[in-house]
Amino acid sequence: MENQNRVKDLTEKYGAENILVILGAAEAEASGLAAETVSAGDPTYAGALAGVALGLPAYHVTEAAFKEAVDPAVYDEQVGMMEMVVDVDAIAEEMQGIRSQFSKY
Amino acid sequence: MSFPVTKAASYVLVHAPDMIMHNGTTQTVERRINPDSEYLKKLPAHIRTYEEVINYGPNQCYIGNMNPAELAALPEPWYQNPVKGKRDGRFGEIMPQDEFIAMMKLADAFELVVLDSSFVSGVKAKMGNNPVFSVSDIDKIGSGEALGKISELIDKHGAQALFHNSALVGCVKKAHDVDVNLGAHVMFENLVAKASGALALKQLILKNGTDPLSIDYVIECSEEACGDMNQRGGGNFAKAVAEMAGIDNATGSDLRSFCAAPTHALISAAALVKSGVYENVAIVAGGSSAKLGMNGKDHVKKDLPILEDVIGGFAVLVSKNDGLSPILRTDLVGRHNVGTGSSPQAVITALIAKPLDKARLKVTDIDKYSVEMQNPDVTKPAGAGDVPNGNYKMIAAIGVKRGELERTGIDAFVKEHGMPGWAPTQGHIPSGVPYIGFALDDLCKGKLKRSMIVGKGSLFLGRMTNLFDGVSIILERNPGKEEEPAALDKSELNKLIAEAMKGLAAQLLGEQGLG
Repeated sequence: MENQNRVKDLTEKYGAENILVILGAAEAEASGLAAETVSAGDPTYAGALAGVALGLPAYHVTEAAFKEAVDPAVYDEQVGMMEMVVDVDAIAEEMQGIRSQFSKY
Repeated sequence: MSFPVTKAASYVLVHAPDMIMHNGTTQTVERRINPDSEYLKKLPAHIRTYEEVINYGPNQCYIGNMNPAELAALPEPWYQNPVKGKRDGRFGEIMPQDEFIAMMKLADAFELVVLDSSFVSGVKAKMGNNPVFSVSDIDKIGSGEALGKISELIDKHGAQALFHNSALVGCVKKAHDVDVNLGAHVMFENLVAKASGALALKQLILKNGTDPLSIDYVIECSEEACGDMNQRGGGNFAKAVAEMAGIDNATGSDLRSFCAAPTHALISAAALVKSGVYENVAIVAGGSSAKLGMNGKDHVKKDLPILEDVIGGFAVLVSKNDGLSPILRTDLVGRHNVGTGSSPQAVITALIAKPLDKARLKVTDIDKYSVEMQNPDVTKPAGAGDVPNGNYKMIAAIGVKRGELERTGIDAFVKEHGMPGWAPTQGHIPSGVPYIGFALDDLCKGKLKRSMIVGKGSLFLGRMTNLFDGVSIILERNPGKEEEPAALDKSELNKLIAEAMKGLAAQLLGEQGLG
């Protein structure tokens, strides 16, 4: 809930075209829910983004686009372990689906 | 170096069906903001009976009648595959709600719990069959009050109602007219924590023949706070619980760190015994009525029973080395420091890899890891996945990164070094400590050599820090004799002296302003 406020405040301050959301959830469903919240609005209608479609693009830390953009040593130190634990393919598929549906930028 | 031991452990559950609706925060919040909700209408049809709770595999595992391997062999979801259970277990019991309400009355030192006279006469007859209640306990319940008086206390004086079988049977009065910290709601939750903690200590004493007067110190590690408006978390649940359990020669104190507190308490108890300050230290925690039905909305939506229908409690006795019980390796402790960072990798490295490095062990050298042992029947339908399984995969992945395991060996590692989650989702109750009872078997009579107890806590829930917390300690088979300090070889000794001399020289140079 508090994170929804933060995303909303930052987007108002810097403009939606300058914001990208990076997620680190452990499951595809939870990642998709968070991505949908920052793009189409909170589907559970519980937080500050209920009915607010910011259209922000969201990427998961295990997606290739993010992985290729960061220092491999840092990535290995911070994410290498979780990359073995989570279902990377299912998450990537879920995230691409949400982005193509709702992302405006 | 003589290490302290885990001498005994107890585990108790309290079936609390009426408290789900009236005291679980998911339900009380819903009643406040959405009183006509479909969820509240459907909920009563999803409440399990006492017999169903007794015949539930994870509950039988919690009180020691079924071991983790037997539970793992039972097909999931476990609520669809009942077992033949018993109320009494090797480690404790599953207490029915009416007897627990009597425990709350016994826990009340300020005449705040008022019970209906006909309820009292019924429950007194049952109490005589339970060895945790003494004759004087039964006397202390008194004869009760008229129901009309109880209704008046609730309607006009802000008392919190107590229900059993959907009928009003008593109330908890507020302990102060204006202080919210002593309001009826807070007093209710604190009496639940005290009574369930005392039940765990009483069972520890009963099941193990422990002399209560031999216990020197009690550390309480639940997630409640007792105090008044001038000292909201003043304490001391530990001493209050010890008093109820007849532990007259002890004092105690409370230790808090959300779900990580039990493992902190275990390490603190071990340190107190190892240092010689005390010989026998009990750690104890009661459970929470607020967490009853916490994931109830998901369970009802998916047409499951409300599986969060029990309050948990546990106690562990830490004593000086007896040459038999599993030793607590106070030299092999893992901790999540302020500067550790919050990525799962940083957390697992701090809690698992660091103590292993110190002991020059591999991840596969720990036979069983006791992590957050939450029951997956509860968490999976609520979208939180299988929590212990996730933890075991992370430990395996760290093993892969350390080169101690093939990536293809992750699943096999989880099966061999992990266990299914059997503990109720009561925060601190499933965290690290549920395996200690079984460890007493596995590390004494069984074939296992080593286990690691890992506790983690979400400090950010208290809004004082964004940090997370965690600690761990290795529990080992007792070598059976006092360990001799390892002799240093000569070259190592020379190296140490040389290093000390270098340090001294550097210090002297520094003092002369030449460094």
